[in-house]
Amino acid sequence: MAHFNWPGPRAWFAAAIAAVLVAAGTGPARAAAPVEISISCAALGVELKLCTEAARRWAARTGNRVKIVSTPNSSTDRLALYLQMLASRTDEFDVLQIDVVWAGVLADHLIDLSPYLGAAPKAHFQSLIRNDTVDGRLVAMPWWTDVGVLYYRKDLLAKYGYAPPTTWQEMTRIARAVQSAERARGNARMWGYVFQGRAYEGLTCNALEWIDSFGGGTIVNARGEITIDNPRAVAALDLAGSWVGDIAPRGVLNYDEESARGVFQTGDAVFMRNWPYAWALAQGEGSPVRGKVGVVPLPKGDPRGKNAGTLGGWHLAVSRYSKHPAEAASLVAFLTSAPEQKARAIAASYNPTIPALYDDAEVLAANPFFGALLPSLESATARPSRIAGPHYNRLSRDVWRAAHDVLAGKPAAPRVAQLEADLDRLKHRARW
Amino acid sequence: MAKGGDVSRERVRSAWLFLAPMLVVLALVAAWPLARTIYFSLTNATLVDMSRYSFVGLDNYLAYDQGRWYGVLTDPQWLAALRNTLVFAVISVTLETVLGVLIAVLLNHSFPGRGLMRAALLVPWAIPTVVSAKMWSWMLNDQFGVVNDALMKLGLIAAPVAWLAEPGLSMASVIMVDIWKTTPFVALLALAALQMVPKDCYEAARVDGVHPVRVFFQVTLPLIRPALAVAVIFRLLDAMRMFDLVYIMTGTTDATITLSVFARRELVDFQDVGYGSAASTMLFFVIALMTVIYMMAMRPDVDGRRR
Repeated sequence: MAHFNWPGPRAWFAAAIAAVLVAAGTGPARAAAPVEISISCAALGVELKLCTEAARRWAARTGNRVKIVSTPNSSTDRLALYLQMLASRTDEFDVLQIDVVWAGVLADHLIDLSPYLGAAPKAHFQSLIRNDTVDGRLVAMPWWTDVGVLYYRKDLLAKYGYAPPTTWQEMTRIARAVQSAERARGNARMWGYVFQGRAYEGLTCNALEWIDSFGGGTIVNARGEITIDNPRAVAALDLAGSWVGDIAPRGVLNYDEESARGVFQTGDAVFMRNWPYAWALAQGEGSPVRGKVGVVPLPKGDPRGKNAGTLGGWHLAVSRYSKHPAEAASLVAFLTSAPEQKARAIAASYNPTIPALYDDAEVLAANPFFGALLPSLESATARPSRIAGPHYNRLSRDVWRAAHDVLAGKPAAPRVAQLEADLDRLKHRARW
Repeated sequence: MAKGGDVSRERVRSAWLFLAPMLVVLALVAAWPLARTIYFSLTNATLVDMSRYSFVGLDNYLAYDQGRWYGVLTDPQWLAALRNTLVFAVISVTLETVLGVLIAVLLNHSFPGRGLMRAALLVPWAIPTVVSAKMWSWMLNDQFGVVNDALMKLGLIAAPVAWLAEPGLSMASVIMVDIWKTTPFVALLALAALQMVPKDCYEAARVDGVHPVRVFFQVTLPLIRPALAVAVIFRLLDAMRMFDLVYIMTGTTDATITLSVFARRELVDFQDVGYGSAASTMLFFVIALMTVIYMMAMRPDVDGRRR
C-alpha cells in the first residue's frame, strides 16, 4: 500500500479545475461548486452495493454528489443501453462501467483519461492498459479483472475420493460419477456441471476457453486470420455438447452467470464455471454451500494442453458528453486506486488490476485462491476484440450461435466449418 | 358538381382543413421515421458516428461480391427470424381467435358470477408485457420453476423440462405465454360483437329446431365475423412485430429470434444503422404484404354479405 504516490483528492481537484479552465477558457466558476456525477453500476451479485458505497466515499471526500444509475445484468443489454444513450449524446452518464472488450467499440464516445491520471496507469497490468489504449488515447481504466475459473464442491469430491480435475475429460468423469451417486442417495436435483450456455457474450467466453484449452486457438489469431475450423476446436465443442442433458441440465442453454450461480449455490451442482465474483457470494453468510467450495483454474483440453480462462473484467470510462469530465475522471481515479481495489477484493473477491495487490497478505487471507489465480490472469485468453474492433459483437454473435447449436445437439464438425465461413464473410466485409 | 360548384369546393376545402392536423401528425410520426429508415437502409451509417456515412445502394439488402452473397435477404439468421415470425404469428393468432371466441360464447350466457369472470379475464391483458414475460420466465425456469414442479407432482413428466432453453420447446413456450396474454383481447372484442347479435335470429333458429352447433357456425359466426376480422388484423400486426416476450424470455437464439429482435440487434448491439434499417424496412414490407393478403382474403365475404 505504501508505494502509492499519486496525488490526493485535493490535488486532483486543483488539477481538475485547471484542466477545465484550460479546456473551456471561460466561466470556470461552476467547476468549483459541488457537482453531481452519475456513474453506471452493474447489479450483478454485490456489485451495486459496492459501487454505491465506494462512490459515496468519493463524494464525501470531494464534497461532490454521486448518482448511481443501475444497468442491466446481461452485458449484451448493457452495451446496447450505452450505445443508445451515447448515440443521443446524453449527459445522463458521466462515468461508465465498461467491459474489457468494449474499449474499441465505445472509444469515440469516451475522453482520454491520461491527462487526469498522471502515473497511476503504470501500476496496473500493462496488458489491460494496452487494451484500453485506442489510437494513443487511454479511454478507460481497469477496475477489476476477471478470468473464468472452475468452482467445485470440496465436500462432495472428498466424499467420493476425487481430487479437483485437471482436464475436461476428468471433470466430465467426476461430474457424472458424483451426480449419479448423489442422485442414488435421493438428491434428485443434483447436476454435475453448470456454466453459461445462453446465446450471449458469456457463451463466447466459455467456448473460447474450451477451444483454447484444447489447443484449438483463439478463433481469430493475432494476424486476423480465422483459425476456428480445426480438429481440436471441433473436439472441444463436441465434448461440451456431450455435457448438455448428461452432466448439465438442458436448461443450461438459457443460463447466464447468475442462473448458473443460482444452481451451484443452492447446492445442486458439483462443478460450475464462473467468474471470481461468485466466490464471495458462495462463501457468504446464508449460502447453503458456505465452506464447501473450492476454486481451481479451468481444466486443460488434455494432459499436454493448457489451462485457458477467458480474460474478462470491467473498466471505468468517462463519457465525452459529460458536463464535468474533470470530476468524473477524479471519481475514476479514486475507484481504480489501490486502496479501493483492495477493499473490493477483500469484501467481494473482485480481482485487482494492480499486480502488487496479489502479494498483499490481507487480500490473500480473504481470497486464498488469488495467489493461484495470478498465473491464470497473466496468461488469460483475450477475446479477439482488438482485431475485430467495432465488429467484435458481430464476431461474437457468430461464435455463440455456433456454440449454442452444438450445445443443443448439432455435431460440431459441420457447424464449425460453417462458423469459419460465417467469420470469413464477416472478415471480408469488415476488412480487418 | 353542375350546380352549387362553390358549395362543393367549399366542402372540399373544409374537408382538407379538418384532415390537415391528422395528416401533419401522421407525416411526423409515421411517414418521416419510415422515410428516414428507408433512407438509412441505403447507407453504411453506424451508431458510433451518425454524421459520417455514404450511400451503398441496395448492398444492405442484397449484394454479390467475390463469389459470395451478402445482405439481409441472404442472411441465414434473418431467414430464420422470418420463419419464426410467421410461425409465431399464424399459430398464436389462430389459437387466440379460437379460444377467444369460445370464451366469449361462454361469457355471453348469463350465469352467477359472470361480472367477476369478465373482470378476471382481463387480468393477463392488463399486466405489462415485461412483467408477465419475467413472471413466466421464472415459472418456466428449469430448476426452480413452479410449472415443472406442478407437472412432476402430477406425474406428467419424470424430469424437469427446460421450457425456454430447449430449441424445440422455446417457441412453443413463447406462443403459450402470448396466448395466455392476448386471448382476453380477442374474447372481449368477440363478446362485444356477440352482444350486438339480434336475439330474434336465435329465436328463429330455435323455433326451426336447428342444432346449437349449427346455429353457432351459420348464425353467430357470420354475424360476428366483421368484428373478428378487426380483432384478427390487430393481433396479426402485433404478432408480426413480436419483440418483448421473445427478447425477455429467450434472448436472441435462432429458435425464437423474430424480425423485430433481429432488427434491434443489428441496429443497437452491432450499431449497424444501415443494415439494421434494411432489416426494419424489410419487416415493414413483410407486414404490409401480410396485411394486403389478409384484407384480400377477407373482402369477398364482407362484400358478399353486404350485397
